[in-house]
Amino acid sequence: MTHYLDHAATTPMFPAAVEAFTQSAGRVGNASSLHTAGRAARKTVEESRERIAAALGCRPSEVVFTSGGTEADNLAVKGTWGSRRDADPARTRLVTSRIEHHAVLDPVDFLAEHHGATVSRLEPDRCGHLAVDDLRAALDEGDDVALASVMWANNEVGTVQPVAELAAVAREHGVPFHTDAVQALSHLPVRFDESGADLMTVTAHKVGGPVGVGALIAARDASLVPQLHGGGQERQVRSGTLDVPAVHAFAVALDETVATRDVEAKRVLALRDRLVEGALALDLGITVSGCWRAGDGTGRLPGNAHLLVPGCQGDSLLYLLDAAGVECSTGSACQAGVPQPSHVLLAMGYSETETRGALRLSLGHTSTDADVDAFLAALPGVVERARRAGGPA
Amino acid sequence: MRVVAAMSGGVDSAVAAARMLDAGHDVVGVHLALSRSAATLRESARGCCTIEDAGDARRVADRLGIPFYVWDLAERFERDVVEDFVAEYAAGRTPNPCLRCNEKIKFAGLLDKALALGFDAVATGHYARVVEGAAGRELHRAVDPAKDQSYVLGVLDADQLARSFFPLGDSLKSRVREEAAERGFSVAKKPDSHDICFIPDGDTRGFLTRRLGEQPGELVDAVTGEVVGEHAGTHGFTVGQRRGLGIDRSRLDGDPRYVVEVDAPRNRVVIGTAELLGVDVVEGEHLRWCGPAPAGQVRVGAQVRAHGEEVPAVAQVADDAVTVGLDRRVRGVAPGQSVVLYDGTRVVGSATITAASRAR
Repeated sequence: MTHYLDHAATTPMFPAAVEAFTQSAGRVGNASSLHTAGRAARKTVEESRERIAAALGCRPSEVVFTSGGTEADNLAVKGTWGSRRDADPARTRLVTSRIEHHAVLDPVDFLAEHHGATVSRLEPDRCGHLAVDDLRAALDEGDDVALASVMWANNEVGTVQPVAELAAVAREHGVPFHTDAVQALSHLPVRFDESGADLMTVTAHKVGGPVGVGALIAARDASLVPQLHGGGQERQVRSGTLDVPAVHAFAVALDETVATRDVEAKRVLALRDRLVEGALALDLGITVSGCWRAGDGTGRLPGNAHLLVPGCQGDSLLYLLDAAGVECSTGSACQAGVPQPSHVLLAMGYSETETRGALRLSLGHTSTDADVDAFLAALPGVVERARRAGGPA
Repeated sequence: MRVVAAMSGGVDSAVAAARMLDAGHDVVGVHLALSRSAATLRESARGCCTIEDAGDARRVADRLGIPFYVWDLAERFERDVVEDFVAEYAAGRTPNPCLRCNEKIKFAGLLDKALALGFDAVATGHYARVVEGAAGRELHRAVDPAKDQSYVLGVLDADQLARSFFPLGDSLKSRVREEAAERGFSVAKKPDSHDICFIPDGDTRGFLTRRLGEQPGELVDAVTGEVVGEHAGTHGFTVGQRRGLGIDRSRLDGDPRYVVEVDAPRNRVVIGTAELLGVDVVEGEHLRWCGPAPAGQVRVGAQVRAHGEEVPAVAQVADDAVTVGLDRRVRGVAPGQSVVLYDGTRVVGSATITAASRAR
């Protein structure tokens, strides 16, 4: 029996989403074809688009399907930057934060390295929160900003940003605002219309849908330079034959997520708090990053627990927990399986040594008391062993 | 037993892991990440340790149905192997980094971590045999003389040996490749890695020059004492080396010249004729015994470099040094290399060579 506590990496698919996927996968039809099979596929896509739009508080025409969150972030950043610079060559600045996902950070760095973009980076506080005034100050520096991009909730420490306030400040300055809502979508009341954002990234596999499909929600007046050129299937902005089964399953999964979200958020929050309180009570010197408070499911994601275990290496913890049937993450990017120090924790002011013993446990729709119990039962032995195996070399 | 199988991504460690599993052990595959900036793909048949190699190891583990992890020992490797390698060359010696890696990384960093995490032993794809002897486990030469790697394992002490498995020691390499193919491993035909893993292009001199810079000095003839050329740094030279000396041949007789001494403190490289290379007394320190330490004078076989031949010898063992008198002269004994002592096929121990000379 394994205990899956890595919902921030990917979520188990809802049975209804699997059914929708297999149902559509068994049918032929390119959604761009004009014959009967093509029309049936197109119908599935458009119905799904409408369901997704309703669930996210946007218009169907604002849903641009992509291959997932990474592509949506790339399209938002590079597409907007290109379009805004084309309209005004002086507009080359990007405003973002130091704790974004690499799917935003790396396109930003790419534009800086290869196309002369300049970058203003907002610094988080020790909790991982960004200040609205910092965004205001960055935008006040000049009217050369092409795009501001700030994630809704952080994938490592779960900190939730004041997206509506940030979007309002960007709007005051006439700057398009993008937010990566990939992690927020499962447990927070994410609505595009209420957020005030111009662009929003979502992906299916973090909400019980399949891997390989996501969307950029792009306001009707958002101007994007295409990043994938070809048949122009999605609003002439994104080309590629639509993945009908994936789109179908995405809509079904998102419907189920939204329908159960408030209840799930409360349920998962109680599990998360029990997990954190249990870990702290073990008296092993464990701390929580991201300023955890019991009962707080709005300042940080309800399902996120991010622990720092001093004197351990994350990969030892991960191996020992895995061997004990508990699946979680060290919470930072890997290169060839080698954990790199988390850029998020470093930006929050942690030392490289402190970041080495990071453990991210993320709960979701399949999480139960038994999962939390298994983790807490395994933890003392795991930490003891991992400490013997040594801290950072 | 709970065993970590060190998996490089090559054919040998793949078969070693499989054999441990067949023997009934509880096996977990571990790939060592030894570089913080590993290349994505192998550039050639040489080298190893790329992300592609980690992927190859992972696929073998998948096939065997064993858990697989990558352990990051890059910092230790840089400090204990790469920096040691550079420092040794800077001091005019010729180190063997594979030996150092076995001593400090595979059977120290990796083994210690494995033991702390609850494992009992480490298995690798080295060609050597472990035999249960009267006084504990013994390390012996492999059955395949062409692949025997007991030389680079001569740094293991009895405790390390007690926690080590070398499942390939009884096999010929050709058989190991066949077995890999029979087991359906994608790496069955993968070429052997050669040379030094952290210098994938094989250009050791270039690597050292990047680390140490150019330090021009004189090339001196051992016989005449005359300066016969210039060098760009003593780290580019090894005792016994013939190629790449850059000497002005018009100033020498017709006989080939070899490096006979690397004198780092005076930044000089001394060259001489082949006969000057022959030595029969080898001094060593940094003693490592693979079992009970011998005392006084013992009859041994001595091997002074990897893949070198074994020469009958007498070792005079002191507390922290050994003097090895060879029955006949051998050429090209470089300080920094190890002299590994054998009793029949059994590895007695090793020492790092500090000096070599002629008894008469």
